[in-house]
Amino acid sequence: MTQTSQIPVRKFDEILARCGHIFTAWFEANDAEIHAEAALNDVRSFVALLIQNGCRLASVFAEDRTAADSCFLLYHLFEHPEDRRFLLVRTEIACTAIATATPTFPSVAAEVPAVNWQEREIQDWFGLIAEGHPNPRRVALHDNWPEIHPLRKDFPIDTVLPPFEGEQHLYRPTLGEGVFHIPVGPVHAGIIEPGHFNFAVAGEPIIYLQLRMFYTHKGIEKRFEQLPVNRAVFLAESISGDSSFSHGTAFCQAVEQAADVQIPARAKRMRTILLELERLHNHVGDIGAIANDVGFAVANAHASRLREFILNLNEELTGSRLLRGIVCPGGLRHDWQPLQIESCIVALNQFEMQFAALMQIIDASDSLRDRLEHTGILHPGQARDLGIVGVAGRASGVDRDLRRDHPYAAYDEVSFDVPVYQEGDVLRRMRVRVDEIAQSLRIVRQIVPQLAPGSCRIALPPLPPDCVALGAVEGWRGEILHWIRTGSNGRLERCKIKDPSLNNWPALVEAVQGNIVPDFPVINKSFNLSYSGTDR
Amino acid sequence: MFHIFKNAAQTHLVTIGYPHTPAQIPENFRGAPSFDFPIWQDARPAAEACPTCAISIEESAGVRRVTVDYGLCIFCGECAQVEASDAVRITRDFELAVRNRNDLIVTAEYALHPDGSQRELTALRQGTSSEHEPLQSLERKLSQSIHKVLGRSLAIRQVDAGSCNGCEIEIGALNNPVYDLERLGIHFVASPRHADMLLVTGPVTRNMELALLKTYRATPEPRMVVAVGACGISGGIFGRNYATVGAVDAVLPVDVYIPGCPPRPHALLHGILLALGRMRQRGIVARSSGSESA
Repeated sequence: MTQTSQIPVRKFDEILARCGHIFTAWFEANDAEIHAEAALNDVRSFVALLIQNGCRLASVFAEDRTAADSCFLLYHLFEHPEDRRFLLVRTEIACTAIATATPTFPSVAAEVPAVNWQEREIQDWFGLIAEGHPNPRRVALHDNWPEIHPLRKDFPIDTVLPPFEGEQHLYRPTLGEGVFHIPVGPVHAGIIEPGHFNFAVAGEPIIYLQLRMFYTHKGIEKRFEQLPVNRAVFLAESISGDSSFSHGTAFCQAVEQAADVQIPARAKRMRTILLELERLHNHVGDIGAIANDVGFAVANAHASRLREFILNLNEELTGSRLLRGIVCPGGLRHDWQPLQIESCIVALNQFEMQFAALMQIIDASDSLRDRLEHTGILHPGQARDLGIVGVAGRASGVDRDLRRDHPYAAYDEVSFDVPVYQEGDVLRRMRVRVDEIAQSLRIVRQIVPQLAPGSCRIALPPLPPDCVALGAVEGWRGEILHWIRTGSNGRLERCKIKDPSLNNWPALVEAVQGNIVPDFPVINKSFNLSYSGTDR
Repeated sequence: MFHIFKNAAQTHLVTIGYPHTPAQIPENFRGAPSFDFPIWQDARPAAEACPTCAISIEESAGVRRVTVDYGLCIFCGECAQVEASDAVRITRDFELAVRNRNDLIVTAEYALHPDGSQRELTALRQGTSSEHEPLQSLERKLSQSIHKVLGRSLAIRQVDAGSCNGCEIEIGALNNPVYDLERLGIHFVASPRHADMLLVTGPVTRNMELALLKTYRATPEPRMVVAVGACGISGGIFGRNYATVGAVDAVLPVDVYIPGCPPRPHALLHGILLALGRMRQRGIVARSSGSESA
């Protein structure tokens, strides 16, 4: 475990002083972001240089600026554990004749596998070719889609595409004597989201897993460009239902940054409490589901009952079990009565006792431990290379947590520990959740006494056009990023969303190898990734 | 083992009695908005605030037609927040499931003042027009026969056709000890071939369209389809776009629609039991004229 109390070091200043020559310009845009510009030819060099200096490439995304600037813009977002700011490097992909030219950009996926899917997304959605990508096949649009690029500005969102001709996706053949393929999905046996898993098995052990996602792609990033900001927050809440409040908050933080407003202290603290409640209900639900997937139904019955307990508390506090319709740009839409806050603390005390009783059952079960320990191992080296974030990362030695490293809301007012394990198996992914539940309770208990009366919402001034801003939230699953560019009339020109699931799916592929097929459900559950958050 | 029994003994009974006993709903639950159409002075702020255009306005020749579509509503409460008067209120109503898509739509017509506010309610109707009547009675007969076959025990296959996973959380909750769906003879099954009912969520993405259709074809007759949540009914906040079909009933015939974003587990129970003819549909207009909520 690592303590939160640390002096914010401005590591990027040091790195940029040493390597700044590679950028054509760089400046501190605000407290949370450094903006830099570089030439397109230098993408591979600056990515390599920054990674050598301990930075992590958090996201790659693009933007269509052909109308305004006759170019596409490409962004590489970096993070460093010893700097509270993000570094956003912008490069221009010149494009004067979009109809005839095929714009390209240098791919870094071979060196940084973490951005494999993100670069392919840019290919699919913008029609920009990632040159040198090791696997440039389609990912975000399925193979049977026509040649369209929905995030280009000249593509109308309401385009009705003709019926698709059958399924054409080719899985890589995995050959060998006695090797079989097990295709699963997109409609699964449980009450879960759709995706396709193609297992190559030799007997019981899985030797290779291929994923096919984006079944739930519903044009969310494009849809953001249609809605005024005050309505768009509801869309942000629908990116991934289990992370409604985290996504909503990340979006609102970006909008607030763009409008350059500070929300009231009370709003920050209320948001912190709600973010932790979201973590609680998902973590306890997952602990039960992991137990259930190895046949320990009693633990699941208690855990799902406890989740229900938190969902009820959510409803008492916000009117919605999933914490929807409460966060808004400028703060929160409803304030709390003192009685509500008191009942929140009482409820959490009860929850803590009952959760301890549940953990007593779980810890006493040797057969449960036997099934979870050494199952679905993701080694720290793999986790680092693949850029794994959140719970899955912390179970595999990736000591990152945005709440500590880039504090937002009221996280700089509280002290908490970030649990980190090195073993990277299902048991440790469960342990991280157990530890985080204790920390969440600790955070809420520190915040509640500080909830001084006051306003919980500040009126947002009209959004200036052409502002860019980033919102970053450590959702219960991991790092959630929202990057926006404001447009005219209080609308958005672009909203890029990165759900932690997008980073973490490749981890599942690594973790299942060598495990038996019947352990797949529990390994998958221990990551519990959002299909909708990935597919958008 | 000792801890398991000890914990079970300490927990007591947590299962709710709904639908046999009234639902215990938290005080602050944000349910359906209710509209007092006769006293509503101005629908424009609410229509402007609604994120999914569930409240929409058409104007011609001094007449304003206000359409409220509960199938689009995501229950955010914005309409009540921007409304100055008591004409729009948030209730704790959740039993909103209907058999006919049109039953979720209420239309009010107003004569206007010169300043654009509403002078007088001139017409108020709920979606179902009279020409649909024969079809409805046919449906009712059909549902009676389905009730005979499936009424006492029902197997459900849940299909996520592109939802945000909010509906999945609530549908999953039906299996927990609090809602315990199996006490009503209803259970979720792993294959459409074992199912009597498809519980479909999401705006039906283009990528799930075929899978949904194949799942439906794999379900033996008699079968029912229930569209869950604003997305399943109308596309919700995502609407219809290049990547979505926009509603379950654009792909499959739907027997029951359950509004919500997501519908709470009680609402899901009501919708499922409505499909079986074990619970009754409640009218929306009847509640909308200022009567107190349940």
